[in-house]
Amino acid sequence: MSADTQTSTEYIKHHLQNLTWGQLPEGYTRADGEVLETSTWTLAHSAQEAKDMGFWALNVDTVGVSLVLGALFLFLFSRAAKAASNGVPSGLVNFVEWIIEFIDSSVRGSFTARNALVAPLALTIFVWIFLMNLMDLVPIDWIPLLASSLGLHFFKAVPTTDPNATFGMSISVFLLVVYYSIKMKGLGGFVGELTLQPFGKFGLPANLFLEGVNLIAKPVSLALRLFGNMYAGEMIFILIALMGAAWAGASAGNAVLFGSQVLLSLGWGIFHILIVTLQAFIFMTLTIVYMDMAHQEHH
Amino acid sequence: MNINATLLAQAIMFALFVWFCMKYVWPPIIAALEARKKLIADGLAAADRGKHELELAAKRASETLVDAKQKAADIIAQAEKRSTQLIEEAKNEAKDEGDRMIAAAKAEIEQESHRAREALRGDVAALVVAGAGKVLRREVNPQAHADLLEAIKNEL
Repeated sequence: MSADTQTSTEYIKHHLQNLTWGQLPEGYTRADGEVLETSTWTLAHSAQEAKDMGFWALNVDTVGVSLVLGALFLFLFSRAAKAASNGVPSGLVNFVEWIIEFIDSSVRGSFTARNALVAPLALTIFVWIFLMNLMDLVPIDWIPLLASSLGLHFFKAVPTTDPNATFGMSISVFLLVVYYSIKMKGLGGFVGELTLQPFGKFGLPANLFLEGVNLIAKPVSLALRLFGNMYAGEMIFILIALMGAAWAGASAGNAVLFGSQVLLSLGWGIFHILIVTLQAFIFMTLTIVYMDMAHQEHH
Repeated sequence: MNINATLLAQAIMFALFVWFCMKYVWPPIIAALEARKKLIADGLAAADRGKHELELAAKRASETLVDAKQKAADIIAQAEKRSTQLIEEAKNEAKDEGDRMIAAAKAEIEQESHRAREALRGDVAALVVAGAGKVLRREVNPQAHADLLEAIKNEL
């Protein structure tokens, strides 16, 4: 708990707010009552401020954590790539090769066309999402506490609980799917796929509606599935953390609550390891499948 | 929970990561894996070849062994034959030598007995003469009866 005066609602809301950096307009009344004389680029001090910053604002925590994790991933893997040889692999190289072989077999299993982009894409998605999800297993209050000791109001440590991160990836994947659909089948083929099936050319509006929904559902479901799972997991961690937060002096009831928090967060944490890996895997596999569909004449 | 420019930042980061991965991570590791796969396949093939060669060598060795055994048996048989032959020859030679020695010994014995008989004959003649002389000392004149004595001597 970061403050004694926080209510449960405030605690939950605090944990679900990103550290947002953006522009507040002239004459804006800030959360602490200060009125801005000129428009200012600053960190939001409340959820309302973050909202009022509009689209051109940046969630510094999401970007920062995902950048650090992505850099860590690329650093380790490129080091392994430099050290890789046909001899006996060292520990790190062996581990990296294990992951790469796993990804490679997944791609070979689901992707039938030839495209040098798909396997690295799948690898990046899997490892990056896995690392970002893994941040969920860091005890819920550690990183926000550390941030508040550095003077930051909010800090959401798990980038995949921010829909910006999941949609950022799923929309990129979606654009790739559209790009390769048009490249492989031609613009006519792509449009034809959207309009001429399943009912033939006389059912064109119905076709367009069905296939359009089908197409749009891909990025939306991809992003929301990951976001929803991680958000819900985070929420349960927050709720479990509230049990011990109700501590009000040594009594039997408080001791039971505290014990329950320890046991529950342990249990949920262990279960969450599964979700963390599974969600990364699902995102990767669906990306491969969508890319495969983009390369196929008929689906 | 607001959708904002973070979306774009994440998409750009994602694109950069994928690009980096595609350029610097995936190809070298896959190349290393392929190279190792080839190395292992080659090693297995070489092992197979070695095994095959070993089998051939074992076969050759057993053939050589059989040959050598055959040859040794031949040599032994030959040697046995030769030795019986030698023994036979030696036996024959020894027999001939023995026969010869026996013959020589017989001849010598013959000679010796002949000589002894001659000597005895002389001695008997002399003895007879001496006996007869003693008997006939007076009546017989050796010179007068020499022809008679000689006739007796020859009859002995």
